Amino acid sequence: MTAPSYTRADFQTDQEVRWCPGCGDYTILASVQQFLAGLGRPREEFVFVSGIGCAARFPYYMNTFGMHSIHGRAPAIASGIVATRPDLSVWVITGDGDSLSIGGNHLIHALRRNVDMKILLFNNQIYGLTKGQYSPTSEAGKTTKSSPYGSIDYPFNPVSLALGAEATFVARTLDMDRNHTQALLQAAYEHEGSAFIEIYQNCNVFNDKAFIQLTGKEERVHNRIDLEAGKPIVFDEGAKAVVMRDGQATIVDSSTVDPKAILVHDPTRPDPAVAFALSRLSHGPFGPTPLGIFRDVSRPTYEGQMHAQIDAAIEKNGEGDLAKLIASQGTWTVKDPSSNGG
Amino acid sequence: MADEIATAEPPTTTNTETLDKVVIRFAGDSGDGMQVAGSRFTDASALFGNDLATLPSFPAEIRAPAGTLPGVSSFQVQIADFDILTAGDSPDCLVAMNPAALKKNLKDLRQGGTLIVNTDAFDERNLAKAGYEGDPLEDGTLDGFRVIEVPMDDLTKEAVKDTGVSGRSVLRSKNFFALGLLAWLFHRPTQPTIDWANKKFARTPEVAAANVAAFQAGYTFGEATEAAKITFEVKPAALHPGTYTNVNGNTALAWGLIAASKLSGLPLFYGTYPITPASDILHELARHKQFGVRTFQAEDEIAGVGSAIGAAFAGSLAVTGSSGPGIALKSEAISLAFMMELPLIVINVQRGGPSTGLPTKPEQSDLLFSLYGRHGESPIPVLAIASPSDAFELTIEAARIAIKYMTPVLLLSDNQVANGSEPWMLPDVDALAPIEVEFAQHPNGPNGTFLPYMRDIDTFARPWAVPGTAGLEHRIGGLEKEAITGNVSYDPANHQLMTDSRAWKVANIVNDIPDLEVAGDEDAEILVLGWGSTFGSIRAAARRVRLEGGKVATLHLRHLNPMPQNLGEILSRYEKILIPELNTGQLRKVIRAEFLVDAKGLNKVAGEPFKISEITEKIVEMTK
Repeated sequence: MTAPSYTRADFQTDQEVRWCPGCGDYTILASVQQFLAGLGRPREEFVFVSGIGCAARFPYYMNTFGMHSIHGRAPAIASGIVATRPDLSVWVITGDGDSLSIGGNHLIHALRRNVDMKILLFNNQIYGLTKGQYSPTSEAGKTTKSSPYGSIDYPFNPVSLALGAEATFVARTLDMDRNHTQALLQAAYEHEGSAFIEIYQNCNVFNDKAFIQLTGKEERVHNRIDLEAGKPIVFDEGAKAVVMRDGQATIVDSSTVDPKAILVHDPTRPDPAVAFALSRLSHGPFGPTPLGIFRDVSRPTYEGQMHAQIDAAIEKNGEGDLAKLIASQGTWTVKDPSSNGG
Repeated sequence: MADEIATAEPPTTTNTETLDKVVIRFAGDSGDGMQVAGSRFTDASALFGNDLATLPSFPAEIRAPAGTLPGVSSFQVQIADFDILTAGDSPDCLVAMNPAALKKNLKDLRQGGTLIVNTDAFDERNLAKAGYEGDPLEDGTLDGFRVIEVPMDDLTKEAVKDTGVSGRSVLRSKNFFALGLLAWLFHRPTQPTIDWANKKFARTPEVAAANVAAFQAGYTFGEATEAAKITFEVKPAALHPGTYTNVNGNTALAWGLIAASKLSGLPLFYGTYPITPASDILHELARHKQFGVRTFQAEDEIAGVGSAIGAAFAGSLAVTGSSGPGIALKSEAISLAFMMELPLIVINVQRGGPSTGLPTKPEQSDLLFSLYGRHGESPIPVLAIASPSDAFELTIEAARIAIKYMTPVLLLSDNQVANGSEPWMLPDVDALAPIEVEFAQHPNGPNGTFLPYMRDIDTFARPWAVPGTAGLEHRIGGLEKEAITGNVSYDPANHQLMTDSRAWKVANIVNDIPDLEVAGDEDAEILVLGWGSTFGSIRAAARRVRLEGGKVATLHLRHLNPMPQNLGEILSRYEKILIPELNTGQLRKVIRAEFLVDAKGLNKVAGEPFKISEITEKIVEMTK
């Protein structure tokens, strides 16, 4: 069977896309559709699962199998799909409210179990669908409808959180950088196990320009730190570099350090400490911020182990025999008195 | 040694009384192994051929302080030579391993009953812990009972001294000493218990040897000292011919799920979070991976049901299970499954509530919650298991309904069904009807489109189109669906149509439900209606009323939604209707509302099943 040849249009549905004009979600949708078309994998093998929120409308616009479920629960639902059908490619579309607030528990447990699902977290640092309350990633002090005196919640750093949750693949990208996004989608797709990508996504209605430091023409040159495996971490046209100092990732002027001291990026380090240190370079982001793959390590998948146990049990005991099962606790027989006289 | 006593023949030196039934209760500290002793006695009786029913009762705490009243654990079993329906009201024989066990259980022992006490536990400290001011062994408290005093600690120590166990392990075998004594007193076969101990403790041969030695010592003690003037025998019951096993409700339910998986050809997925008294279903299923069972111990109750919904979408026989508080957490997701019209079995092993309530005690207080406890208009089918031996069949029925009608189904059990056990005549598994599953294979709309909400003309079910099937790509979700296409729709008329369609689909299941049959006296003035685990108590009470010359009809509901078609007609035939429930009147409320009949209730929420006498008295009161 030859691989199907698709264009982006093959992954579009007949449903009108209903996000606000100018929303970052449009760009992400285009990136994902284009990426899947390029894979050449039959589209019926893809399942998109979402919870609730603006991002959660995503499955309706993907011409694949999909489920728009309930708030925060997409990783749990996806776990059931993957556990029973490892032949499918399962994607979770979620937002900062959906998976870091109401669904935080499911996110961390899916990551630690290494269930083979690709989780795309659209982080716009605001509640959009409910019209503008602060979210678990909104910066402290943020003034919103529900925090007129400024938010007193300290925000999550989603990459740090995922690393702390024993994730095997953790990355970050930007909605408007379609090439970067697609490169990370490819890497996540190839990763065996759960993959977590935080996508900075602009909400132009309730939290416009939240990521201007990384998207503005002037600003991005100075602030975007591209993590590339095997390369020293330098940015700002080579003027700045990242070194490890006192256990922390620290930004220095390149001219002030021995080039050999510059941290060489290696997402495959078994210990997540350096990846975590890199994730702490920014919190917001209000300044220099790393984008790319923080961590990419190998660990047995949940569904792989589950099916290995089943196969081993069948190998050892043979296929289950129902008649034997129900008699397994010991039986006794009552004879028909008419047939034996007793 | 084993050969000498592995017999059910009565000893020759004491008199033997033949009974048609006897109720025995083992009571001790929760560390005394009373559940093990009770189960072993039960299994030996089952293999001997008695009919039986059991009622375990244990504290919610894993280890309440030793010797105290809250730490008392007990196991009651009724054995009989005829088909009995409950574990009995009051014990004829009580084993009390310490003062607390005596204090808590003596009030239930029938006058003249046999009491076996472990005198070694009756020291000042234990008496004080149990709240005794004097020594009940000496102050007349036990007058009117046949008391057998046994220094069980000392005798157990002596019995196990050459087996290699030492320290605290020594007294762990005293439950087997008590069991041995009971085996002598009630003429139980001994070999099943010895075989069980040797197999169970195969990895620690010294423990196996100690338990067997204690067991044999208990038996020999009875025989040698003529501990009682009279021993008792209960002949095998004349049950229907067939092969039987002794099973509890949780196990039978788990087997029913495995059977439904075989019958449907669908892999079984069980997504759940541990909770008393439902956890044993998970434990049982997790052992049977050779049946392809996938068990998923989720991070919480919501993930348990969520994972099951995912598995259902992906084409498995999907099941989640919990008890009341956990079902509350799953409620939103059950409504999602109802909205998306996916097959899902939701098991609720009820316990005393609200909140954490009485986690190890039976109650039927989640009926209204099951029928109505979801947001929006979401009527889902509800079934209730009547007894441990009913669990297998009704679980298969739940799967059949879920799959045929593409709907979540609530399957109610309770702590009495789950942990109680009784003989179950094994069905011929080859004769069980297959569960038909028809995955959609081809587009069903114009121009090769797939219409996920195009309903079947008979069942009103939508097609089950699983991922991986080319041409059937579609999206489902919690937002209201347009009829036929399944696209999101906010159209007012469509919401009315879809709400009605979902309700009609579930109501239509009534066509698959067999008509109810009245048991007992069809022409009685009174009908006793029950559901769930009160089945046995109600039938036994009716039997007793009839023995006294009264007339009573009984009726039992296994289908709570929809209810069987002829229920209204039956209710209309009786002047008086009594509904005993272990709640404050939940079915009564529904029956009164649905059928406009003046049903009366007998209600109890005391953390224990009805005594047969409670129902009997109510029937007599209502009919005099």
